[in-house]
Amino acid sequence: MDVAALTLLALSLPFVGALVAPLLTRLLGQNAAWILALFPAAIVLHFMRFWPEVSRGEVVTGGYEWIPSFNVSFSWLIDGLSLTFVLLIAGIGTLIVLYSGGYLKGHPQQGRFFSFILMFMGSMLGLVVSDSFLMLFVFWELTSITSFLLIGFDHSREAARRAALQALVVTGGGGLLLLAGLLVIWNVTGVTQLSLLMSFGPEMRASPFYLAALLLVLGGAFTKSAQFPFHFWLPNAMEAPTPVSAYLHSATMVKAGVYLLMRLNPVLGGTPEWQMLLPLFGGATLIIGAVLACRQTDLKLMLAYTTMASLGLLVMLTGLGFPHAIEAAALYLVAHSLFKGALFMVAGIIDHETGTRDVTKLGGLRSAMPLTFVIALAAAFSMGGLPPFFGFLAKEEIYYALPSLDRRAMVFAALAILGNALMFAVAFAVALKPFIGAKVETPKSAHEAPLLLWLGPALLAAKGLSAALLSNLTHELVSTPMATAIAGEPRKITISAIPDIGMPLVLSFATIALGIVCYLNLTRLRAFIATVLADIGWGPDRGFDQFMRGLVRFSAALTRRLQSGRLDVYMTVTFVLVAAVLLGAPLYYGELPRAPFFAGDVPLHELAIMAIAVIGLFAVVLAADRLTAIVSLGIQGFAVAVIFLLYGAPDLAFTQFMIETLSVVVLALVMTRLRLSPSDHRPLAQTVPDLTIALACGIGFGLMLLKVTGVPFDASLTDFFNHYSKTIAHGANVVNVIIVDFRGTDTLGEIAVVMVTGLAILSLVRLRAGSLRRIADNDPDAEGRA
Amino acid sequence: MRSVIFRAVAPFLTSLMVLFSIFVLLRGHNEPGGGFIGGLIAVSALAIYGIACGVETVRRAIYFHPMAIAGAGLFAATIAGLISIAARVPFMTGLWIYPSLLGVEVPLSTVTLFDCGVYLVVVGAISSIALSLEERGGE
Repeated sequence: MDVAALTLLALSLPFVGALVAPLLTRLLGQNAAWILALFPAAIVLHFMRFWPEVSRGEVVTGGYEWIPSFNVSFSWLIDGLSLTFVLLIAGIGTLIVLYSGGYLKGHPQQGRFFSFILMFMGSMLGLVVSDSFLMLFVFWELTSITSFLLIGFDHSREAARRAALQALVVTGGGGLLLLAGLLVIWNVTGVTQLSLLMSFGPEMRASPFYLAALLLVLGGAFTKSAQFPFHFWLPNAMEAPTPVSAYLHSATMVKAGVYLLMRLNPVLGGTPEWQMLLPLFGGATLIIGAVLACRQTDLKLMLAYTTMASLGLLVMLTGLGFPHAIEAAALYLVAHSLFKGALFMVAGIIDHETGTRDVTKLGGLRSAMPLTFVIALAAAFSMGGLPPFFGFLAKEEIYYALPSLDRRAMVFAALAILGNALMFAVAFAVALKPFIGAKVETPKSAHEAPLLLWLGPALLAAKGLSAALLSNLTHELVSTPMATAIAGEPRKITISAIPDIGMPLVLSFATIALGIVCYLNLTRLRAFIATVLADIGWGPDRGFDQFMRGLVRFSAALTRRLQSGRLDVYMTVTFVLVAAVLLGAPLYYGELPRAPFFAGDVPLHELAIMAIAVIGLFAVVLAADRLTAIVSLGIQGFAVAVIFLLYGAPDLAFTQFMIETLSVVVLALVMTRLRLSPSDHRPLAQTVPDLTIALACGIGFGLMLLKVTGVPFDASLTDFFNHYSKTIAHGANVVNVIIVDFRGTDTLGEIAVVMVTGLAILSLVRLRAGSLRRIADNDPDAEGRA
Repeated sequence: MRSVIFRAVAPFLTSLMVLFSIFVLLRGHNEPGGGFIGGLIAVSALAIYGIACGVETVRRAIYFHPMAIAGAGLFAATIAGLISIAARVPFMTGLWIYPSLLGVEVPLSTVTLFDCGVYLVVVGAISSIALSLEERGGE
């Protein structure tokens, strides 16, 4: 197989895995993880083949046509940025699958969980390799949907359901903004592929629609990457099982927004708007996230808020525009995925083995869980930016980017130091505090985690160490190509684990010193932040609830206004509009038909049939009771059918006969069902307007028919069907041949409509009055009352 | 509708009409008729039977739920279209075969299958509506 086919296969592997996961889990229990982990591992192996090209700075593209007429393709773009993401997603994914095997051991829905995780992996892979806009958008929304499924995995708890819905609304809504942004970019540049878009930077930045495109894209990126003020869904998403938090909500999915910004940096970046908005929101998110992390006592929530802070830092670095800032962002992104994934899994292990993850109720675990302690410390060293771990390289690079005497740089340097110091404190509060000190009684008696649980975090922590020690290799294969792709021009990263004496090292020391102070005073800090927050009282999380309630109320009120629920109102509106169109348009354009031409020699029987039709109409209007009126309507219908028959349309006539018969039957049945009074008692004030509307519609249709038949008849279709009906479609009945053969697809659509209508009417007939009322006042508070 | 004559005649009338509807369906390709008209005739037959002998009798007589009949029809019509794809011609292209049954050449086609699908959808959907209305109307 060629590379393109293999890549397509690799991209579809997770979905194949998702299909077989439930069955495998039923057969093998948690050991299915070993087999399922082979799927992402195979993806890692496949994508490693691109390393030689990508590390030379080349861009590999490939793919297949999807909808060529719309210029939509299923194509991928593999450069330093997307390759790094692919390897992170599939690599960490392999470990997460193993970890889930241990974490959800014996859970009745473990197979479904594997299936969701693999589906997410496939969506995320598709997202980062997408070259075409549409594909990017589809996979973007797929990650939101799979995230929804995973957060709500424990669907019997209301908190999980709420968190899942909230994440879906926020990130899915952001996805729609992204779609709009991509459409704007498409309209400005005329290309639908990221690889082609890269050379359109100047055009895009000069366009009057630049700001609109930027804001829309930022809307997508900020919601996905939990930037303030859209951050609230991320901490709530911690309702998900821990493997999900480690994988989606720290290592991969939440970085999709950052990925998008990095990807579009060569096109949209470098402008004053970009350099103002990104650092502003990123910096705010960094500080708010770090401060809120200090307040928490739940291990997962502490980590969640630091994830938010790290995402803020990444957005800030992407937007700053200083030398070294892009490089720092690239390094920090990789470092963060490694240490945060590991720390989340450690938090999961502690929760799993002790039964609690409240940091104030944990202590002295080092003797019971020595291995976990070592893993946690290694990850925390990286998160705190201590040598010789990869996080240290990232932080040094950040401090290379920031110190200069310009005021803007100093502000952001201060933000970075404060944020990093707080994250340092949290890192050790999570990784050190539960293990040292006196042993505290926990709900379960603690003991070391099984292999499936510790393997993943151990490998991630080891990776954080080896990537730093072999920094030359890391930079050659990963960081340098990635920074080059983000910057859109060649960049080179040289930083190593051996610190240089200089300004960055001084800043590092300041950070660590501040971090230690914060760590030692964490309890006091926590109490202080809690007081401040209690004083503020309101937050975006509650705002979300208020927004959703308001939305439901508003739509309920609007629906009540538009849908009165009275059939006569709907009928009046419909027919008034029909009459207005039929009469208004010809009058406005002066296109009234000429007076009709009456032939003198109409045979007597035809005149008689027409007379019957007219008499039928009068009988309807003058009928004493409803049943007579319905039957009289049938008289008129039958007369028309006879006219069809006389003028050589037997099929039409047949159909008309049957329809007339059935409509009389159905109308009579409906009438008895509705329990109407036998006769029609409308007051004159209602009869006159109804009569006027009826006459207007009738005259309108009459005029339209006269006008249409006045136009010379184009017989080319008739000739075509008459000529080819027998020769091509083997049928002499042209009408039937058109229905079932020439326009068969239309008919297929029509019978589907008949079917759906039948279902709808059936369910309406079956609705009992009680259930009808419950649907009618569908207001948000009804549920609570009921 | 408890007239003895009507109730005595209805089963025969219904059988005749259903038979006629199938005749109309099958001859539709060359003479006036087809799935739609045939379906409507069959629905009228069922409606008459229902009025005369009660809805329960009709439901027992047709054995399947009317909506299931409609669903089967839609399925058959879709399959008729998809067969063309399997034969590597565009969707809904009519395909014909002429097997010889007992010495008589019988033209069979995906188009016929499609028309039968239309017939079943019409019969199922509309009789389902009519029957459910009759059921409640009698209360």
